[in-house]
Amino acid sequence: MHLILFILFAGFCLGGAINLLLQSHPISSALSLIVVMTSLAVLYLLLGAEFLAIAQIIVYAGAIMVLFTFVVMLLNAGREDRTMGSRTARSVGFPAVVVIVGVIATVILRAQGLGMAGLQDGITSTEDLSRILFTELLLPFEVTSVLILIAILGAVALARNDGERKPGQ
Amino acid sequence: MNGPPHLWLISLLPFAGFLLNGILGARLPRWLVSTIGLLAPLCSFGLTLLVCVFVQSSPTVDPDLAPVIRVMPYSENFGHWIVTGALHVDFSLVLDQLSLVMLLVVTGVGFLIHVYSVGYMHDEEGDARYFSYLNLFLFFMTLLVLAGNALLMFVGWEGVGLASYLLIAFYFQKKSAADAGKKAFIVNRIGDVGFLIGMFFLLANFGTLTFADIGAKLVANPGWQGGVLTIIALCLLLGATGKSAQLPLYIWLPDAMEGPTPVSALIHAATMVTAGVYMIARTHVLFDHSPFALGVVAVVGAATALFAATIALVQNDIKRVLAYSTISQLGYMFLGCGVAAYSAAIFHLVTHAFFKALLFLAAGAVIHSIGGEQDLRKMGGLRKKLPVAFAVTTIGVLAIAGFFPFSGFFSKDAILAAAFMQGPHGRALWFVGLVTALLTSFYMFRLWYLAFLGEPRAETGKHHSTPWSMLGPLLVLAALSVGGGWISGAWLGVGRFGAFLAPAVGTRASEVGNAHLELMLSIAAVGVALLGWLGAHLSYRQKSTIPASLAADFPGGYKLLENKYYVDEIYGATIVKPLLVISKYFLDWVVDKALLGGTAWLLGGIATFAGALLQRWQSGNIRSYAAWLAAGAAAVLLFALVPILLGAYGINIKWAGF
Amino acid sequence: MSSLLTQEVPVSWYLLLSAVLFSLGVIGFLIKRNLITVFMSIELMLNGVNLSFVTFAHQWHAVKGQIFVFFVMMVAAAEAAVGLAIIIAVFRARATLAVDRIDLMKL
Repeated sequence: MHLILFILFAGFCLGGAINLLLQSHPISSALSLIVVMTSLAVLYLLLGAEFLAIAQIIVYAGAIMVLFTFVVMLLNAGREDRTMGSRTARSVGFPAVVVIVGVIATVILRAQGLGMAGLQDGITSTEDLSRILFTELLLPFEVTSVLILIAILGAVALARNDGERKPGQ
Repeated sequence: MNGPPHLWLISLLPFAGFLLNGILGARLPRWLVSTIGLLAPLCSFGLTLLVCVFVQSSPTVDPDLAPVIRVMPYSENFGHWIVTGALHVDFSLVLDQLSLVMLLVVTGVGFLIHVYSVGYMHDEEGDARYFSYLNLFLFFMTLLVLAGNALLMFVGWEGVGLASYLLIAFYFQKKSAADAGKKAFIVNRIGDVGFLIGMFFLLANFGTLTFADIGAKLVANPGWQGGVLTIIALCLLLGATGKSAQLPLYIWLPDAMEGPTPVSALIHAATMVTAGVYMIARTHVLFDHSPFALGVVAVVGAATALFAATIALVQNDIKRVLAYSTISQLGYMFLGCGVAAYSAAIFHLVTHAFFKALLFLAAGAVIHSIGGEQDLRKMGGLRKKLPVAFAVTTIGVLAIAGFFPFSGFFSKDAILAAAFMQGPHGRALWFVGLVTALLTSFYMFRLWYLAFLGEPRAETGKHHSTPWSMLGPLLVLAALSVGGGWISGAWLGVGRFGAFLAPAVGTRASEVGNAHLELMLSIAAVGVALLGWLGAHLSYRQKSTIPASLAADFPGGYKLLENKYYVDEIYGATIVKPLLVISKYFLDWVVDKALLGGTAWLLGGIATFAGALLQRWQSGNIRSYAAWLAAGAAAVLLFALVPILLGAYGINIKWAGF
Repeated sequence: MSSLLTQEVPVSWYLLLSAVLFSLGVIGFLIKRNLITVFMSIELMLNGVNLSFVTFAHQWHAVKGQIFVFFVMMVAAAEAAVGLAIIIAVFRARATLAVDRIDLMKL
């Protein structure tokens, strides 16, 4: 069962990711990304992280991707037009990516001591998570809330329209 | 007082005067500058007198004496200066009979000249600078005299050269004065190379630079003669010829007359130029062990004496005559050292300080009074206008010519007698000295006649009277020139003075010699002096045409003398010009422009070129930046995971701490 | 059939998936020309990494791995907000969302 679910949702993941690359309209890419996020949530659940799965859907798919969609709508972004490519990106970047994925894959495949994941493995309960979060890692937790506050302020300050500037000035 | 004599104060007080006048002098009123300038040498002189009262010459120590040191040589040690391996040098000042005599001369005559300067520089600008330089000179000179080792003496040696340069080029706006200052310093430096090399050899052979230790080592090895000692002595002699203006490095002294006249009196007559003689007397044990070097010293001295005297015959500038006369008299002192009659040489040093300073200061008074004119042909008949100057100049001329009973008679005779008794070579040197005495008398009386007697040839316009600050030292020095010879306490020879100096410079067996012979020699010397006077009288007293006809009969010889044997021109062509050519073509073009400039240009060029290359990396294109980021990440990953990758194939290596 | 139902998945497959997602994100970052799409590729990269964290948390039974993912999500949210605000500001100045046209420092 685990295997079937894994193959299914991993396939959705990969399909969504490749679709993100292939689509030319940003809104299609955004929707593909939502597919990726949701399938990742299921994969988290398969790995026993129930809280994270729900958080993934609420935060990522539900908030961040909505934000993306709103911005696409706001800026009226259209299809991508062909602009001059960057030769460096192709000549230096692709080999780099190949090296990265190759090295990681080699290390993973040759590693000893990696086990198996199955449905019978326990689920990490939210209680376990919050026990550590609110005792040992309380400070980072509170700091994160300050961080989000700062982000809100920054976003408001940056995106505010002073009324004088029109697009293109 | 019962405390030990503080030798360091004798040096430090003038240094304090230098600092005060040098730093604050421009803002202080003139009287304060003069007072500070006078106070330091006065205190130094007073301290020296106190030291005199205080020390005894006995070489044995009486245990009943008070705990204060009363015996010479007395040394003060202020701690280590250089302590490294073979070289150990302290800051040590040593007082013995020789340095006591020198100190008295330096501080005494120095003080008198400071007093004179107050009057002389009264109307000039820059008097603060003048007094501070004079005090600086005094500091270095006392340091030179009191130094207990060769390195500290070298500090004083260089320092007096510096002070001399500063003072010669005092009127630095005049090109001739600035050039003269540079010439003096550079020629001195050439001599100093000799001194330095001598010090190196000393260090290599004796392991120490302290005079007492060197003397002790030499005394302990009486059989060690010649060889390396000759080399050391000749090197030291080179330094001495530079400082004391002997052949071949005398050329700076006549040009040094560009400085103010009190400077000429102090530095170039009485004190600095005698530093060479002092140095030879201080290291006399070394010279005693090397007869060849002593011979060279004597020959150099005699030759210089004659050479300079011939040039002085035809000079027309009053200060130039006195300058060449100084060179000639210094030749006498070297001659005295060369026949190992060190006491006689120091005796002549002392008397020469008196009468030469007197002559220079009187000349200064004359020049000051007639508004700056220095040419003898334009003077005349000043006897009535400047009676005091006339009187003291007469005394000085009589002293330098060696008439009895003036001081010059005793000291010059002591040297000539010592030379005569030295053997056949000594006789030849004696003869040269005698001829030089004849010439000395002639040109000094020529000066006397041309300047003071006869009809006035100068316009009678400006005429200042001489202030008391200038007359006072003149009178004191005149009295010393008259009576200074009596310090020997004997009719002939060095007598008491020689006995006093004996522990420091040794005695000569023949100095206690043949009284009858010495009497004959003295009569010969006085006779020669009279001959010179007669010659000058005939040539210059009346309006005679002898000088003009002589000049016409020997035009070549006359021109040679007038142009100082073209020595300056010869040096210019053989030494100065090649140096200039090398500097221009090799050092300037090749080394400076090509090598150094090229290297700098190359470095700059590399930076610019690399910058131009790397600039294209900063394109502003985000995608290429992203690509390079990815490449960097890949590189880091590869670097970190090399051991794992290799381990997967069975190769286990340690890599960068993993 | 029962073996198929109870079959387990090797952990390395999760890790491989994570690596592939990450590299797909890098590729998207390199080849996409719209600024917003580039930003989405960055989010894809973050998610890939999140997956590997959760996998290891499962492997070593370490809850802290999941807490780290929690923090990554928070920071990604903040970053997305600010980044999109910046994109809006850039759009106002440049009137274009093409990455290649935004190549001057001075707006």
